[in-house]
Amino acid sequence: MISRRRFLATTTASTALLAARVFPAFAANAPGVTDKEIKIGQTMPYSGPASSYGAIGKAELAYFKKINDEGGISGRMLNLLSLDDGYSPPKTVEQIRRLVEQDQVAFIFQSLGTPSNSAIQKYLNDHKVPQLFVATGATKWNDPKNFPWTIGWQPNYQTEGHIYAKYLLTNKPDAKVGILYQNDDYGKDYVKGLKDGLGDKAAGMVVKEESYETSDPTVDSQIVSLQASGADTFLNATTPKFAAQAIRKAFDIGWKPLHFLNNVSISVGTVLKPAGLEKSVGVITADYRKDSSDPRWDNDAGKKQWLAFMQKYMPDADLGDNDYPYGMMAAMTMVQVLKQAGNDLSRENIMKEAANLKDLELPMLLPGIKLNTSPDNFAPIKQMQLQRFNGKSWELFGDVLSG
Amino acid sequence: MTVLSETPAMADTRQVAGLSLSTWHRIGLVAALAFALVVPFWASSYHTFQFTLVTVYAIALMGLNLLTGYNGQISLGHGAFYAIGAYVTAVLVHKTGVPYWATVPVAGFVCLGVGFLFGFPALRLEGLYLALATFALALVTPQILKFKTFASWTGGVQGILMDKPDAPWGLPLDSDQWLYFLCLAVALPLFWAARNMVASRTGRAMVSIRDHPIAAATMGVDTALVKSLTFGVSAFYTGIAGSLGGIVVGFVAPDSFSILLSLSFLVGIVVGGLASIWGALFGALFVVFVPNYADQISDLLGERAKALPWAIYGLLLIAVMYLMPTGVVGMLRTVAARVVGVRGPRTLVAKTE
Amino acid sequence: MTAFLHQVFSGLASGGIYASVALALVLIYQATHLVNFAQGEMAMFATYVAWALVQAGLPYWPAFLLTLAISFAGGVAIERIVIRPFDKAPVLASVCVFIGLLSIFNSLAGFIFTYTIKTFPSPFGEQAWYGTRFLSPHETGEIVVTLALLVLVYAFFRFTPLGLAMRAAAQNPASSRLVGIRVGWMLALGWGLAAAAGAVAGMMAAPIVYLEPNMMGGILLYGFAGALLGGIDNPWGAVLGGFMVGVLENLAGGYVVGADLKLTAALVIIVGVLVIRPSGLFGRPIAQRV
Repeated sequence: MISRRRFLATTTASTALLAARVFPAFAANAPGVTDKEIKIGQTMPYSGPASSYGAIGKAELAYFKKINDEGGISGRMLNLLSLDDGYSPPKTVEQIRRLVEQDQVAFIFQSLGTPSNSAIQKYLNDHKVPQLFVATGATKWNDPKNFPWTIGWQPNYQTEGHIYAKYLLTNKPDAKVGILYQNDDYGKDYVKGLKDGLGDKAAGMVVKEESYETSDPTVDSQIVSLQASGADTFLNATTPKFAAQAIRKAFDIGWKPLHFLNNVSISVGTVLKPAGLEKSVGVITADYRKDSSDPRWDNDAGKKQWLAFMQKYMPDADLGDNDYPYGMMAAMTMVQVLKQAGNDLSRENIMKEAANLKDLELPMLLPGIKLNTSPDNFAPIKQMQLQRFNGKSWELFGDVLSG
Repeated sequence: MTVLSETPAMADTRQVAGLSLSTWHRIGLVAALAFALVVPFWASSYHTFQFTLVTVYAIALMGLNLLTGYNGQISLGHGAFYAIGAYVTAVLVHKTGVPYWATVPVAGFVCLGVGFLFGFPALRLEGLYLALATFALALVTPQILKFKTFASWTGGVQGILMDKPDAPWGLPLDSDQWLYFLCLAVALPLFWAARNMVASRTGRAMVSIRDHPIAAATMGVDTALVKSLTFGVSAFYTGIAGSLGGIVVGFVAPDSFSILLSLSFLVGIVVGGLASIWGALFGALFVVFVPNYADQISDLLGERAKALPWAIYGLLLIAVMYLMPTGVVGMLRTVAARVVGVRGPRTLVAKTE
Repeated sequence: MTAFLHQVFSGLASGGIYASVALALVLIYQATHLVNFAQGEMAMFATYVAWALVQAGLPYWPAFLLTLAISFAGGVAIERIVIRPFDKAPVLASVCVFIGLLSIFNSLAGFIFTYTIKTFPSPFGEQAWYGTRFLSPHETGEIVVTLALLVLVYAFFRFTPLGLAMRAAAQNPASSRLVGIRVGWMLALGWGLAAAAGAVAGMMAAPIVYLEPNMMGGILLYGFAGALLGGIDNPWGAVLGGFMVGVLENLAGGYVVGADLKLTAALVIIVGVLVIRPSGLFGRPIAQRV
């Protein structure tokens, strides 16, 4: 047993230590910023069920390396600490605390996954650590009033659902919609977006909703059920592997609905080709990126810029994977914010500049799509354009839309 | 299954360096306690948080060890009880505003009930079949947590966010230190109770069922009752750990309780040492720290090695099992036996009760 | 009715894959009385080997056979190097080693081949005559391969001296040693055969589920459930169990509880059956000797 005196001694010592443990008052610069370096933190699912998205983290590491090779930002090197969280929220919390408290990063950039970011959002906001450009399409990141330190990046899933709903209401108002979605927040956001977009008509139009788990070997059974429901329109809100399975199975059993494929899985190289290009004809989707495997962009300056980067910094990577343009552009957005922040690299100022992007254009965004943020708009990319697959590549149609 | 088993009813009078093994044991205990009491005052809050997790996992592993180590029922699904415990706490705090500390015993007793009920059909299943049934339980739990009928309670796929509690009564502790001591204060009596339980009549009944169920039944042990009770108590421990884990992390979601959690619990008790009280602690240290070391080792290999931490983890795990097939505690016992074997005759004296 | 048939047949197609994994599990179980949790990941890795061979320009069948040979050698090597030292260790130590192997194979595959899905060729053609509205040619072919594998395994254990020796070694190692069976090598052989059977399962599954490092996770679970449902000491039972799980899962998801509780329903039914028949539908009850 510890004696009473020793206990008292330890408690007094602890009080003194406590003062030192409180987060330091903000000096000019955030922790992790020196004259030579800016330390940035990130969690990525390099292992676990979402590991294919690890490509995004790798692209970002590579892009920051390119910036460093070119002299960094005002002489400061970007040091991105990208840690694996296996897509498990408790692990994300542990890793983020390590990054913030142990490694003393200036801010968190592009951590991936809705559940993971949900788990750390409160912690980061309580400690006033910027949670920048989270790599998820949930709607809740655009909430500057309650979470002024969290900002999104990509268009959110609900917006995309609205776009499909609008298309349906104009072009096929009597559609009978069947939905296949991943049984998590990502899948359910699409369902909600589409239903909200359809408004009062949703109850009559949506005839069947089927879900799957990432551990399911196939979604064949779900596709059969959707066909049997008599649906003539299909919202395919699934990740690449399951999207490919769904396209193939629908074709194989002779189901030919008007097929909306969610933006998550539009890569020709990693989804439509495995599913079978001829089986994917007529699929409609909305995107904000140029498809990296579409030859139409071969002479486009933006795509050339991307290719040059890939060839030099990620020579082994699969160019058909749309996660690489995604990662590069997110990293570019970050670089832009740091440039705008100039020499005032306090957390407040970095956050302020993240919310001060004006018509930023990025090489792999579709023409006409720009990033904009402001103190009451924390959703940088809001625009998308519909496109239809013609058997070889995506064909854009209609105007650039914003939910 | 053959496992080296600790028989706490024995006082070990073998001598090492002039002191009996029991004395060494006691010295170890005091040292560990002293370490546990001062660690949050010199460690950073991140490390304090990690040690809090160690304490939480140690409770969960103690629960699993009672079932698998002492009673011989293999569970691949204790993550389910951990999840239920966490959710009981989160739902109560979120929906009814019950203070968080009051939900911890509730979570334990809910799991006690669930575990006891699950233990009944599990009586019919042995070995692999029980492993499958528990594995199924672990897989099914997240699916049920997400199910739309319960979503208004469980928050569905979004999960539930909880506020991180501050230290009460004006204690000079920050929130991390407070949580650490809270978990420690829960863990110590639970460990003490577990130690007493395995040393009691019931404990010997548990071990006898593991080693020879038919003989145990012949000797008058009510195997069905003891097995279901063990299941319940085991779930009780793990549920309390889940509840504390939920409070410490401040967020529960179905994704937090994947099958990997259950597997890492199993790895934890085997690495720590089956059928041993200390094993739970060593196992928890492994579960919390080794994946991080694997991460750091793979970082040394450069950017391309981002996918490798789990390969390194696997290698470390196999290496540990190779060096210590009976776990850390088993190895310590072997080492102690060697030292003693050199120094004097083995005399085991049973303590009379 | 058409929809019902579709559900049944697509259940049979998935069931065929579960069945071949179940067979691989039975093979190791027969030899060692353990269930190898790394079986799925080993099969996945073997499928990547086959993929790499095909990419390197080898035609399908030579690549297929070469993969079987490599997997067999790999299985034997794993048994001799990794598993052998745990001969006398507690059962759960071996289980941990399996978990270690599982994470090594999964992680290595992601490291070498990335996590992007890959298409894996099918030897059965797109428009072959044996394709129907309900089963694609590959699905038909895959079911036939599973059944052929079953017959081979059955005949091997029933009629060949080697198969009989393996069974003897598993059932009574001491006596087997006395009659001159090299028990150690029999275990290694069991691992090799199981690895090869797993490779077949992987190569049959990949054209359907697409090749990626996590592809066998769900399949192993269903295969495990199928093997136990049918009886893990019985190849026929295990295969039947695999098919049953596939169909059961589809019907439960399609008609009873909806897809969001598909897995739950299937597992509850399986565990329910096991509670009533603790050694599986077709398994031999375990007699306990006092």
